[in-house]
Amino acid sequence: MAFLRKRNYSTVKVRKRDMPDGLWLKCPSCNEIIFKQELEAALNVCPKCGHHFQIGRRQRLDLLIEPGSFEEWDAQLYSVDTLGFTGVAPYLEKLEENRKKTGCRDAMLCGRARIGAHRAAIGVMDFNFLGASMGSVVGEMVTRLIERATRERLPALISCASGGARMYEGMLSLMQMAKTSGALARHAEAGLPYISLLTHPTTAGVMASFATLGDVIVAEPGALIGFAGPRVIKEATQQDLPAGFQRAEFLLQHGLLDMVVPRKDLKAAIVRLLDFMMGRPAGAPAPKPAAPAEA
Amino acid sequence: MPPYILPFEKPILDMEKKLEDLRAFSQAQNIDVSFEIERMQNKITEMRREIYENLGAWDKVLVARHPQRPYMLDYLAAMTTDFTELHGDRVHADDRAIIGGFGWLEGRRVMFIGTQKGRDTKSNLERNFGCAYPEGYRKALRLMKLAAKFGAPIVTLIDTPGAYPGIESEERHIAEAIAVNLRDMFRLPVPIVVVVIGEGGSGGALGIGVGDRVLILEYSYYSVISPEGCAAILWKNRSYANRAAEALKLTAPDLLKAGLVDEVLPEPPGGAHADPAAMSATLKAALLRNLEELDATPVEQLLEQRYNKFRAMGVFGEDAAPAPAASPAPAS
Ligand SMILES: [Zn+2]
Repeated sequence: MAFLRKRNYSTVKVRKRDMPDGLWLKCPSCNEIIFKQELEAALNVCPKCGHHFQIGRRQRLDLLIEPGSFEEWDAQLYSVDTLGFTGVAPYLEKLEENRKKTGCRDAMLCGRARIGAHRAAIGVMDFNFLGASMGSVVGEMVTRLIERATRERLPALISCASGGARMYEGMLSLMQMAKTSGALARHAEAGLPYISLLTHPTTAGVMASFATLGDVIVAEPGALIGFAGPRVIKEATQQDLPAGFQRAEFLLQHGLLDMVVPRKDLKAAIVRLLDFMMGRPAGAPAPKPAAPAEA
Repeated sequence: MPPYILPFEKPILDMEKKLEDLRAFSQAQNIDVSFEIERMQNKITEMRREIYENLGAWDKVLVARHPQRPYMLDYLAAMTTDFTELHGDRVHADDRAIIGGFGWLEGRRVMFIGTQKGRDTKSNLERNFGCAYPEGYRKALRLMKLAAKFGAPIVTLIDTPGAYPGIESEERHIAEAIAVNLRDMFRLPVPIVVVVIGEGGSGGALGIGVGDRVLILEYSYYSVISPEGCAAILWKNRSYANRAAEALKLTAPDLLKAGLVDEVLPEPPGGAHADPAAMSATLKAALLRNLEELDATPVEQLLEQRYNKFRAMGVFGEDAAPAPAASPAPAS
């Protein structure tokens, strides 16, 4: 696959459509004007304040797996307008618009790849496609991914991002929460590890299903993570939201997350988790015993 | 409590007023108009039947939210003997919007779990308008596991606008509480019958909604988002809720047609609130029938069927051969 060809430099290449035009852009967090090339070289993390910009599926995949090891699964699935949803913006128009925008059929990329020494089932949600909302296709792809991981006795990793359920598919989209969770029940029963990686933003129906069912839940710094959106909560409660509410660091403190890991360290962290949960693969060097603490 | 009148029930109210006037007149003048009265009563019954047979999706949402609609505790009072409520999630608190406990249904042990709304300001505050916090979902799972331990089937009764979107809900991880329920309900080795008795509000409803049978009352709804919420997002205006309600295909017959529920329980003319006793009898009979069928199913088969039931939900297109991701198929 073209996007996985070997490169002679170590940074992840950003496709043009992931960024607005121009050589410079403003960090939404620190308002610093950043040279785009500098941002790209830093994995789309603001060199000044550490703000993690959203990245597309290919870039995310490159970040997490060994180069050239990806075999894509279930790319043949596509969404249909089963309810005939019209209204202000018909579903079919929205789908077409997002297919053109991303060059992808829907919000999910699935397959098998090597992560460190491990073969793993990996899923990546792409917020650029309709806010990575979960409809029948996303739900089916996640379910097939987990079912196949169970059959092939693979650990699973899903990089999550989502605005929630895909309203245009009505109750079918809600039921994807049950379907994906059911598949994970079987994967767990087979004693296989599942790591959930939460990226900005992961909310609603995805959050209330496979995103929070990880044996280990990892998040990127600053990611918005929650069930209801902050605006909805403010409206419903008429209360001011606490500082840092629903951000990754807040959720680490409140006990939901196992760890918050900066983008540049993600892969190493995931490899360490898999090493432990899968047992160190044959032939791998034993870890050096930790240096004794200074006496 | 004064009767609560839905907009489309107004003609019924007008007729009932005329009937009352006629009765008062007959009494005051000592004139026998019993024939007229009977004719009018029949007309009212006919009118109620006709109006309810032609309700639109939004009208049904209003019926599902009717403040005199029977709630979980009303059905338990009518259907069960010796209901023993069990409290608390053993972690944080006792949620009052999701309740549960042991009950007997015609001599059969059942773990009842469900959402409960209030009927007035005071009880609505206690019940948080039927919107549960994480501890409600965690209590529900605790009780389900208890039922599994003693081999008792589980019946969940759902009537909630949704899980509570509050600060504390997020601080105690309501999403995780719901997700764990979804996952673990797939593995509970006892029959589970789910009934949507009023509002089936999104993830908050589904959080106790995985089962072997999913039933829904005729004028209940079950939706991924409230019609108002959908209207606000897709029409940029909450007042389009009626249009959103139609578009979401959230009514009981729509859901049955889509294979998302197994059975629609007919409501009495004028809705469950017009005749709670009749509705309770219908519900009880349906529960007994379904529990009996499920009882005969071996556990392994039960879990396999439960998985396959939800596994089959989803409508999408699929090409025969994997296509390059960059060339989307023409949507059909
Ligand atoms: Zn910055």
